[in-house]
Order: sequence, then C-alpha cells, then structure tokens
Amino acid sequence: MTAVIAARGLGKRYGSRWALADCTLSIPSGHVAGLVGPNGAGKTTLLHLATGLLAPTTGTIEVAGGQPAISAAQLARVGFVAQDTPAYAGLSIADHLRLGAHLNPGWDARLARDRIRKLGLDRGQKAGKLSGGQRAQLALTLAIAKRPALLILDEPVAGLDPLARRDFLQDLTEATAGHQTSVVLSSHLVADLERACDYLIVLAAGRVQVAGEVSELLAAHRLVTGPRREPATPATLPAGWQIISASHAGGRTSMLVRVDGPVHDPSWTVAPAGLEDLVLAYMSRVAQAAGHAQTLEAIR
Amino acid sequence: MIWLTWRQFRAQSFAAVAALAVLAVIYGVTGSHLAHLYATSGLATCHARGDCSALSSTFLTTMKSDSLYPLLFFLGLGAMYLAPAIIGIFWGAPLITREFEAGTFRLAWSQSVTRTRWMAVKLGLIGLVAIATAGLLSLMITWWAGPIDEAGGFPASMNQQVSRFSTVLFGARGIAPIGYAALAFALGVTAGVLIRRTLPAMAITLAVFAVIQLAWPNWVRPHLIPPVHATAAVAVNLNDAIVTHNGEMIVPVTRLPGAWIISNQTITTSGHLFVLPATGPCAGGAPPACNAWLATQHLRRAIAYQPASRFWAFQWYETAIYLALAFALAGFCIWWVRHRRLS
Repeated sequence: MTAVIAARGLGKRYGSRWALADCTLSIPSGHVAGLVGPNGAGKTTLLHLATGLLAPTTGTIEVAGGQPAISAAQLARVGFVAQDTPAYAGLSIADHLRLGAHLNPGWDARLARDRIRKLGLDRGQKAGKLSGGQRAQLALTLAIAKRPALLILDEPVAGLDPLARRDFLQDLTEATAGHQTSVVLSSHLVADLERACDYLIVLAAGRVQVAGEVSELLAAHRLVTGPRREPATPATLPAGWQIISASHAGGRTSMLVRVDGPVHDPSWTVAPAGLEDLVLAYMSRVAQAAGHAQTLEAIR
Repeated sequence: MIWLTWRQFRAQSFAAVAALAVLAVIYGVTGSHLAHLYATSGLATCHARGDCSALSSTFLTTMKSDSLYPLLFFLGLGAMYLAPAIIGIFWGAPLITREFEAGTFRLAWSQSVTRTRWMAVKLGLIGLVAIATAGLLSLMITWWAGPIDEAGGFPASMNQQVSRFSTVLFGARGIAPIGYAALAFALGVTAGVLIRRTLPAMAITLAVFAVIQLAWPNWVRPHLIPPVHATAAVAVNLNDAIVTHNGEMIVPVTRLPGAWIISNQTITTSGHLFVLPATGPCAGGAPPACNAWLATQHLRRAIAYQPASRFWAFQWYETAIYLALAFALAGFCIWWVRHRRLS
C-alpha cells in the first residue's frame, strides 16, 4: 500500500515556538486514520501542513502523491473539513452545493444532493442559520462530493453533542467506505476515534509518539500488574518489555508495556490494553518527561 | 470561481446599481434643463461673433440664480471624491478579511482552485466592477457639468472661475476617477491581506487613500508636464487683488479660460516678491492713495500654469499612473496570498 500522507522531518515554527517538530510519519492509504493528542499537540498544524494551508519550516510532506496545494489537480485529490467547519453564513445550502460544483471538476452532484436530502436539510436555508451539527454535515458533504482520494477532517465533531458525534462519525464511515477514500481525522477524544478509526497516530508535544494499525497496536500492548518495583527500569523487568507508563500504588506496580509475544512471567497479571489506556499512556509519558525536565531545571 | 465571486458580491453590486440609478434620475432630469439653458444662451456659437465673455457670464449668472444647480454641482463633486474611497473601504478591505474572520478561506482554499486563481478572479472581477462604477458616475457628472465647464468653470468670487482643470475639479471629471477607484480598491485589498482584520484594514485604507488624494494634486500632478511660465505687467490695485495675511498681493488671472493656474505671484521690477509695505500710503491709509502709489511701482505678475489644451493629456497620464499602481498592488496581493501561507 502506498502512503497517503508521508512526512519526513516535518516541522513548523511560529516565532520561537515549534508547533510541530521533526515529525516523520507515513499513513498507508485505505485507512480511516485517527490523529489523537492533547490540545496544543500540533494536530491542527500537521493537518494544515497536509492541506497546504501552511508551509513547513523544515522537512517535506507529500499528500496523495504530491506536494500539498501545488496545483488544481492536487487540490482536487484532497478534501478538507476545517475545525469549526466554516461555511459562508450568507449563502444557502444550495449555494454551497453550487459552489462545490463550480470549483471542483470531479464534483459528484448526485452524491451531494442525496446526502443533503438524507440528512433532512432544507436546501434554501442559509448556512448561518444551521446548527453546529448541520453545518458540520454540510462541510463534510462539500468535502466528500469533490470525490477526493484523501479526506482530512480537523476535529470535525468537537462542537457537537454526543448523539450528533455518533451520527456524524457513523455517517462518515458509511460515506467513505464505498469510494476507496482514505480518511485522516483528528480528535482529542479517544472514544470518537475508537468508533471510526482503524489506524492511530498519537501526537504529543509536537512529535509522533506512536503510530500504527489499531489492531496491531492493541495486540502489542498489555496492562500488567505485579509486586511493586520502583523504579521500574528495564533491568528489573522481563526482557523485551518496553515501559510506556507506570504507576505505583500500595505494594503494587501497574504498567502499560509494549511486548512482542505472550507474557509468561507468573508474577505479573496481564490484561489486554484498551485504546484509551494506550493513548493515555503515550500522552502521559510525554507529560512526565516534561515534568522531569522541569524538576531537574528547578534543582539546578 | 467567477460564479462564487459574483455570488458573494451580489448585494454590494446591487447597492451600487441602485445608487447609480438614483443619481442618474436626478442628474439626468436637471442635466437636460442645464443643457437647454446652455443651448439657448448662444454660447455654442459665440466664437464666431466674439461675445463669449459676456454670454458666458450671463449663462453662469442664470445658472447660479437657481440654487439647485450649485447644490447639484457640489454634490456631484463630493460624490466623485467619495465613490473611490467607499469602493476601497467597503469593497476592497473586506474582500479577504471577511474570509479570514469567518475562517471560510479554509473552505475556499480546499476546493480544486489554486489560491492564485482564487485571488486573481476576485481582484479582476470586482476591480472591473469598481472601474465601471466610477466610470459611469464620472460620465454622468462630467456630462451634467459640461455646460458649466464649457463656459469656463463655476463662478467664484473676484471674477475667478473654478475650471475643470483646477486642483479641486480635475479629479471629478473625465477618466481620472477610474484610476482612483482602481487604486482605492487595490489599496483596500492590500490592507486587508496584510492586516487581516476588517475594521483596521478599512481605517488604514481610508487614511492612505486620503493622503494620496491630498498629496497627488498638490505635489505630483503639477509636474506631470512642466508648466508654462509667463510674466507680464499688470495693473495692481486693492479692488481687484487678493491681499494675503503676510501682505502678498495676488491679481486673479482672467484671460486664460480653462487653464490651471499653479502659482501666481506679484513681483517687483527687480523680480522680487512684492509685499505691501508696512509704512507709507498703504499702511492703514485711504485705498485711493494706496492704489495711486501701487500704480507707480510697475509691478508685474509671474504665473505658472497648465494651458487648457493639456486637460486630456493630464487625464490620461494620471489615469495610467493610478491604474499601474493598482495593478502593482494587485500583483503583490496575489503573490502574498500564494507565498505567505496564512492560517
């Protein structure tokens, strides 16, 4: 499978602050990939670099086989639903569909029309009068009906209530399944991604912490609990364990570890890791590292 | 892209058409009356008979006696200067800032249209509408004021006339307003692209355009073609001359109808600027004594002017320069939006 997004050493600096640093990743095509990370992790920056709204400070990025936004043909290959799903407040839904038809050579008018009808939206209604969920659906319709090879969504459900989130994500999966469209979707809520994604990228502190197919990630990580071992260093643990996060309470140590293959040590209780455990472990690892650095700084 | 640009601009263009229509009715009706007044004044054929001066003064007095014509004359002048500023502030500045403030540029730039094309179509199409609006307005006002301009200009005090070539009227006639509208629009867009917020962009547009419109006619326009200099003996007396606060005397030029007088000084026989002396017959004494003394001084008048025949040459130069500046700014806007990836 070819990569739908391939970044090498990608970085974006605003003044002296790096919003994204040394990001190397390759998202294979044919997936619904979830990009997860805490607020300010660089998710939006990465997605804007992928759509060409931003130009990188360092490194390169290729999307759907080309440099982002380099030509009309390249723009046609990528659909984008921006955060807060902007729409022209003064234009009606029908106007937005006409906009899509005029500005996209591959426009699928029937798909757009059918989606609006299925969603029960009034074509004459102004976009400014739509609810957040309806506006998100309109933005998604515009992005899907241009029939892109890659659909990028930046926190599309952030402003929606739980029911609307579920419907939106379900609808997204259905709408893209039939068209061999790859999807990259960002969120800071794991539950959203768990529902829709089969590929996961954890981004924190401007760097990719882990990336891979959800099934493989789940297979490679375990929650283990055993007698207290502090500090939990690789030397005191079975070979091949990579500690992602560890916590100590009472006489016991709980860890999320990356292991290849089954765990045989009888002193450890082993449980499968959920997606949420996994994401939180990788995110808290970064937070702890940052905390350590600060503590050391303070001691000096 | 043309469709979207038009769809977003529809309301403004309707407003422009409505405003033009209202003005067309007002100036159309009164303008035909004014044209009739001119036709019956005999001014059109006065050159053959040599009574132009008397006839034009009769025509202008009749015109001025109906207060409606002076009112519309100055209203038209105001409209001609306001229109480009309004175009710059309300069409130019918000063109891009609106997209930034609502975040819709992310929607627009995600369609299969490059940013270069997006920007070029917006600038080109609305720029053309701006030019057409200013052009039509100027056509209307220039036609309406045609009889007054033909008669030498609007009558002011001291037998002076404000000709179409004068600093004030020049920019409200002919094709120059086309250049102003184009530049104001391009300025507005440039301010919007650089500042990205509507209100500050509007304020900057107005400020910069006002400075240009003030500086240009006073410091640049007079030098587009070197002015003609003429010095001749002139009868100077307190009745016909204007005395400035520092004692200089200006004798109005009446023999150059339609010319643009750039400078007018009264000089002494040795070529120095003449100033009313603070002592002697003119120091608070009776005007007849002062006038008698002035007559013995052999004063001369030195003027620099642009002859009336150069009016259209100036119009073309000015329009071309403003249009060139507008194109340069538009090119800069396209380059900026393309290379400075804003987000």
